[in-house]
Amino acid sequence: MSFSATLSRELLLAWRRPAEIINPLFFFVMVVALFPLGVSPRPELLATLAPGVVWVAALLAVLLSVDGLFRADHECGALEQLLTAPQSLYIPVLAKLVAHWILTGLPLVLMAPLLGYMLHLSEPAIAVLFVAVLLGTPTLIALGAIGAALTVSLRSGGILLSLLVLPLYVPVLVFGAGVVTYAANGLPVSGVLALLAAMMLASFVLAPAAVAAGLRISSGN
Amino acid sequence: MYFESFSAFLQMGTHGVYVWSAYGISALLIVGNLWLAYRGEQKVREELRRLARREQSGQ
Amino acid sequence: MIWSTLTRWYHQLGSPRYFYRFSDVVLPWLWPLALLVTATGLIWGLAFAPEDYQQGNSYRIIFIHVPAASGALLGYVAMGVAGLVNLVWRMKMAEVMIKAIAPFGALLAAIALITGAIWGKPTWGTYWEWDARLTSMLILFFLYLGVMALINAIPDPRQAGRAAGLLSLVGVINVVIVKYSVEWWHSLHQGSTLKLVGKSSMPPEMLTPLLISMLGIYLLFAVSVLWRARAELLWRERKSAWVKELH
Repeated sequence: MSFSATLSRELLLAWRRPAEIINPLFFFVMVVALFPLGVSPRPELLATLAPGVVWVAALLAVLLSVDGLFRADHECGALEQLLTAPQSLYIPVLAKLVAHWILTGLPLVLMAPLLGYMLHLSEPAIAVLFVAVLLGTPTLIALGAIGAALTVSLRSGGILLSLLVLPLYVPVLVFGAGVVTYAANGLPVSGVLALLAAMMLASFVLAPAAVAAGLRISSGN
Repeated sequence: MYFESFSAFLQMGTHGVYVWSAYGISALLIVGNLWLAYRGEQKVREELRRLARREQSGQ
Repeated sequence: MIWSTLTRWYHQLGSPRYFYRFSDVVLPWLWPLALLVTATGLIWGLAFAPEDYQQGNSYRIIFIHVPAASGALLGYVAMGVAGLVNLVWRMKMAEVMIKAIAPFGALLAAIALITGAIWGKPTWGTYWEWDARLTSMLILFFLYLGVMALINAIPDPRQAGRAAGLLSLVGVINVVIVKYSVEWWHSLHQGSTLKLVGKSSMPPEMLTPLLISMLGIYLLFAVSVLWRARAELLWRERKSAWVKELH
């Protein structure tokens, strides 16, 4: 299947079941809202915690959404068809990742500034948070997809997927939250943002190959 | 020997507890892990021998 | 010449039967040797190496901490390489090796964390400090846990080995970035300045026992891998002629 065909199919399928787009977004907002309740509503404390809180909530939301990335295709047999087709899996997988980012990553990106504002981040920090989440979520989806491919045929999905993928998320979390802290302290941010962009490009170029290999392993051929 | 007496060796200044507990825990874990690896291999061999005997008596 | 010898070894050790025979020859003297070398390095470090002028005797934990940490890292890289070999050439032995490496590698990461924590008490006044090295080791330990969890979750042994190989290959690429990111993170938050293992060059009377115990731990690692690989091989190949000939 070509890139655009897979992309439009994915988007159409999601359009018919909008809950799958909205649920990760609600999850993201709720997790962030728990922190002021659990810690303290003091603005200066929240502003210190904000970069980490928003990032941890974002990566958990991505992780939960990515778990089902290949499950439906696996259960209905579409995946098996794709695997036995003569073409390489690279392009359809890439299209799936892009579609998934549009459906679940982009809403998180748009919501992040609002959450940053609610946690009393300064305006320049909110702007950087927006760019950082924009550059970071594709990497999270690409890495998560590798884990999802490896666990697609297993019953124990969810929690196992977190064990596999969370350690891989460390660099994105560190740079993503760190760059917002940089911005809050008035330090230059372009270098770290470039690094996040480089990680995004590298993961989107390499991950589809790894995902394809993972799907082949999971299907046993 | 760097230390003047055996008790000085055990005490290591004031750091004896830390050094000895670190070494003790590590030694225990490493030996335990190696033992498990060794036993695992022995168990597979016993199992295979059992299977072979059953196969022979079945014939 | 060297290349052809290497490729011959690669193909021979890639055959389960040859590997089994090889381990039969090597193991009886390798495991006592590994224990002896490790004991030599550790006793030398404990009893004969001089005291550190800054940290006193607590620095002697280095002789187990650093070999464990480097062994854990080396083991993970080895799993990644085996994962790559398995992905490209579908070599069966690579699957076996990945599963054989994981338990001891995870153990070494745990030992590096435990000894680092114990060492931290007299040095920093606390068992846990978010020091760059210890934090990286913690992430490495998590990476190992992920690989082990995946191996345990997949019932088919071949599939488990291949999946774990792919995961550790992705992890190896990640390890480099993790290391860099954690150092950056640490400098960003200005943590404690005193490092457990300093950058200063070690005098030879400390370096020698350190290198010996490092070699010892690597040898013990090899022994554990050989034993585990043998168990897995025997079970996988239980229906083949060469295993049946064994008893």
